[in-house]
Amino acid sequence: MKPSLFDYCSPTSVGEVVAALVADPGAMILAGGQSLVPAMNLRLASPTRLIDLKNVADLADIQVDNGVIKIGAMVRHRDLELNDEVYAANPLIRKMMRFVAHVPIRNCGTVVGSLCHADAAAEMPLLLVLTGGTVTAVGPDGSRDIAAKDFFQFHMTTSRAPDEMIVRANIPVLADGAGYAFHEFARRQGDYAIAAAGATVSLDGDNRVTRARVGACGVASTPVLLEAVEQAITGAQLSQSTIADAAEKAKDAVTAPDDMHASTGYRKHLLAGLVRRVLGEAGQRAAGGAIK
Amino acid sequence: MSTRMFGAPVKRNADSKFLKGEGAFVDDIPLPGVKHAAFVRSPFARAHIKSIDTSAAAAHPGVLAVYTCDNIGPLDIEMPLLIPHESMTDARTQRPLARNDVYYVGQTVAMVVAVDRYVAEDAALLIEVDYEPLDVELDLEAAVRDGAPLVHATHPNNVAADFNQICGDPSAGYAEAEHVTRIQIQVDRSTSAAMECRAVAARFDPITGELIVWDTTQAPISVRGGLASILQLDEDKVRVVAPDVGGGFGQKVLLFYPDELLVPYAAMQLGSPVKYIEDRRENFIGSSQERTQIHMIQLHAKKNGEVVALKDFFLHDTGAFIPYGIAVAQVASTSIAGPYRIPNIEVRFQAVYTPTVPVTPYRGCGRPQSCFAIERAMDQLAEDLGLDRFEVRRRNLITENQFPYVREGLLFADGLRVSLDSGQYHKALDMVHDSIGADDFPAQQEAARAEGKYLGLGLAYYVEGTGLGPYEGGHIKIHPITGKVYVNTGLSGQGQGHETVFAQIVADQLGVAVEDVILTEGDTGAYDWGVATFASRAAVVSGNAIYKTARIVRGQTITAAANMLEADPEQIELRDGAAWIIGGNRNVPLAAVATATNPLRYAFNDAAQAATQFAPASRHDGPPLDEGQHPGLEATDYYSPECATWAYGVHGAIVEVDPDTCSVKIRKYVCIHDCGNMINPVIVDGQVMGGLAQGFGGALMERIEYDADGNPTNANFVDFLIPYATEIPDVDIQHLETPSPLNPLGVKGVGEAGCIAVGATVASGVADALSSLGGHKFHHTPITPSMIFDAINPS
Repeated sequence: MKPSLFDYCSPTSVGEVVAALVADPGAMILAGGQSLVPAMNLRLASPTRLIDLKNVADLADIQVDNGVIKIGAMVRHRDLELNDEVYAANPLIRKMMRFVAHVPIRNCGTVVGSLCHADAAAEMPLLLVLTGGTVTAVGPDGSRDIAAKDFFQFHMTTSRAPDEMIVRANIPVLADGAGYAFHEFARRQGDYAIAAAGATVSLDGDNRVTRARVGACGVASTPVLLEAVEQAITGAQLSQSTIADAAEKAKDAVTAPDDMHASTGYRKHLLAGLVRRVLGEAGQRAAGGAIK
Repeated sequence: MSTRMFGAPVKRNADSKFLKGEGAFVDDIPLPGVKHAAFVRSPFARAHIKSIDTSAAAAHPGVLAVYTCDNIGPLDIEMPLLIPHESMTDARTQRPLARNDVYYVGQTVAMVVAVDRYVAEDAALLIEVDYEPLDVELDLEAAVRDGAPLVHATHPNNVAADFNQICGDPSAGYAEAEHVTRIQIQVDRSTSAAMECRAVAARFDPITGELIVWDTTQAPISVRGGLASILQLDEDKVRVVAPDVGGGFGQKVLLFYPDELLVPYAAMQLGSPVKYIEDRRENFIGSSQERTQIHMIQLHAKKNGEVVALKDFFLHDTGAFIPYGIAVAQVASTSIAGPYRIPNIEVRFQAVYTPTVPVTPYRGCGRPQSCFAIERAMDQLAEDLGLDRFEVRRRNLITENQFPYVREGLLFADGLRVSLDSGQYHKALDMVHDSIGADDFPAQQEAARAEGKYLGLGLAYYVEGTGLGPYEGGHIKIHPITGKVYVNTGLSGQGQGHETVFAQIVADQLGVAVEDVILTEGDTGAYDWGVATFASRAAVVSGNAIYKTARIVRGQTITAAANMLEADPEQIELRDGAAWIIGGNRNVPLAAVATATNPLRYAFNDAAQAATQFAPASRHDGPPLDEGQHPGLEATDYYSPECATWAYGVHGAIVEVDPDTCSVKIRKYVCIHDCGNMINPVIVDGQVMGGLAQGFGGALMERIEYDADGNPTNANFVDFLIPYATEIPDVDIQHLETPSPLNPLGVKGVGEAGCIAVGATVASGVADALSSLGGHKFHHTPITPSMIFDAINPS
């Protein structure tokens, strides 16, 4: 369990990072190292060079600006989780972050690193998809914003070009009055989800759903928006029965094959149950009282 | 008299150093110039090796040697069969490095020694092995059918051993029965997952001719004996040290693992220290595992629930080799009747070769499986006969006046008869009944169901034969300068707290503080008679040996002190590190007594000067040492048990099953436990709780997964789920102390106890919780969410 030989550099600017990526196609960026380093020790990843971000200026900043939470590439999970301004802007983030591994890992691991790692069962990619966020990529030809739905291509695969660096993630604040919820099931606390679901729900004065976003992870090759659920619930008056009916429509989103932790049949059942819970809880938050 | 230490909740002597990171594990042993070993392991579950090309690896910068079966001299052998048995023919064991064939993914094929582990692993990847893969069968039941691919051509139907044992007159029992309950149960494979993986380091001194080996083994004396035999060295030229070891749980009692032979050999060949530190993946694919058994058990009973005969047939997965013999299956078969009278027993097993990591004992050693079989069957019998689950057990438990209860015809793993020596089985059942709230539970269950919650009550009883022989020894010496007491025994510790409990035993006899008793174990250079740490035997066998030895040293000390104080021995008491005249102030420190009992004493220190103030320690004429007398306060003695002593316990649980997530929450868990007299209740609680934690893992999470080709698919801590602290419920542990009549201390073993009944208890509770949702019986562990989903959503 020792990595193969690799070079190491520690640039001080984004420009230098991009130059290093261009110079060495086998290079990989090291941020928190909570996934990459174990993968290297198992020789599942054998980068020719590690480009360490620790000395690059200004990457650890968190800004809430103009309705967007901007999270720099070196922001540790724990810093985002405990940031009160972020909590006020979008409380869903703290709710989800509590499920990211364990505190010692959150102390080191970075949010953007988790997005780039793009594990299909991880919470941060789901957060980006669920909130309709973007990532900002910088490459030799300048920068571009990539929408969440375009960013995640497959399990552990993103649309980041090999010579691009993701410098930050951009997550919208929670809409005024919206309710939010997140539930996850893993066999051990802190593990990757067998399935997880999140929702944000806005209601009119009549408890009719004016806007719903519902997403899941752990159920497909990327985090997914549960559009069938959103459609079923939008415009409906929220009730236990409309929630239950909508939640059933989540099952078709499960495309993950049987694995050692869950059969497909179980995962569909689980997801429907989780969606029922998040719709109920998000609805309750939006309505300011229990949903009948 | 000072406070008795035996039975006191003394804090563990060793915790401070471990908590401060000051333990010395194999990888911490400073060895200047040490070289590092890495292995090439088979990527196939079964294959023929056509060729091995090591040339690129040998030429790799930093590589000192590359070994295959062709250049390891005396090590190119099938490694020893540790426990032969008549039920096995031509038992297969592994070669240190594969010759011609490989039999499981992870089997060692070549070893590289290099300047560091990085280079060794780089070079290992350069070794080209040309394999011809062969067919495999991973399913245990399919493996014994005609036509199944064979692991070893020598063994038709893959049967490694076939053994039938009879107690009483089963045919008469079958004839007498009015009802038969038949179930099939399965327990899946797990691994001990010790915090420290295995490790071996070796240094050969060409001047003294001494080979020193540091090994995470639970059996240093046996490793020393085996190494000396295979390397053709005198035993006194080989010293094996098991330093601090981070957990064993049985995996480290097997010998030999290939590295235990190859690393010392390489150190001798290369004239340089060599070490091998197993990594976690290697531990998953190269070090022993246990548990897979499939039992078909029948309880032949009368209508009143009295079981008159038990018939069990089971398949036991032994993996690719059977180096430890049939021990696991034999323990399972002889524990199958649990705490029940059941006078007639017919139990047969087949041990089956599968192309997987070899199976040797893991904490519990067959007992969790047999407990699962008999206890799930008892639940089923209760249901079949319309009896309460507690009541059906009550009607079968051995009563206090029936001990010793002998199961004539069943031979335990020590080759001796099964004789349950003592216990309060009914009282323990009543305790769990009341503590779990069994009388109130049905109403709670019904109320919960009305709210859509599914609660169940789980129950399981177990017995555990512990403290197997043949013997252990103790050596005690009171140090003449400090008066501290040095104790040695031959077995070794892996974190159990030996240094504390053995010190408590000695402290009582010699009147010294527990922290002034210093244990050295697991070092053949300090003491080299004994067996090993396994079978919950350290407290029983070494504990009693040390007790007997301490009694001798106590006698020596009192005699010498009486002489020095010019008193009768009956007037002497030992306390506070000194010998005192009872009721008076006159005393002589133990250091002075120890000094005075050596005719050659140097006046270097306070103890020596103090000794001169007293009369001579020995009253005899003639030369300074009398005939038969030895200098100092020192003795060695042994304890050899006549048979195993049987601990037992009963667990009760209230579980809740969430039908949405198909997960199990343990709402309440009670463990009633009896290991005879407790030397230290803190350590007993720790042992029981640790066992319970492994039991919860086995009940709900831990399963070694192989695909159909025999590739391990979860050989890591991401996918092999050992429970975290967050998954372990609080447990109400309550003790009974029924002394064992078999040994002077009245103790029974406790090391394995906690894990045995957890799977059966949890399954019993889950089945009860879901009895209104399809009535699935949960005869298979671990119970996974997918299994619960299938049970409540039959397709």
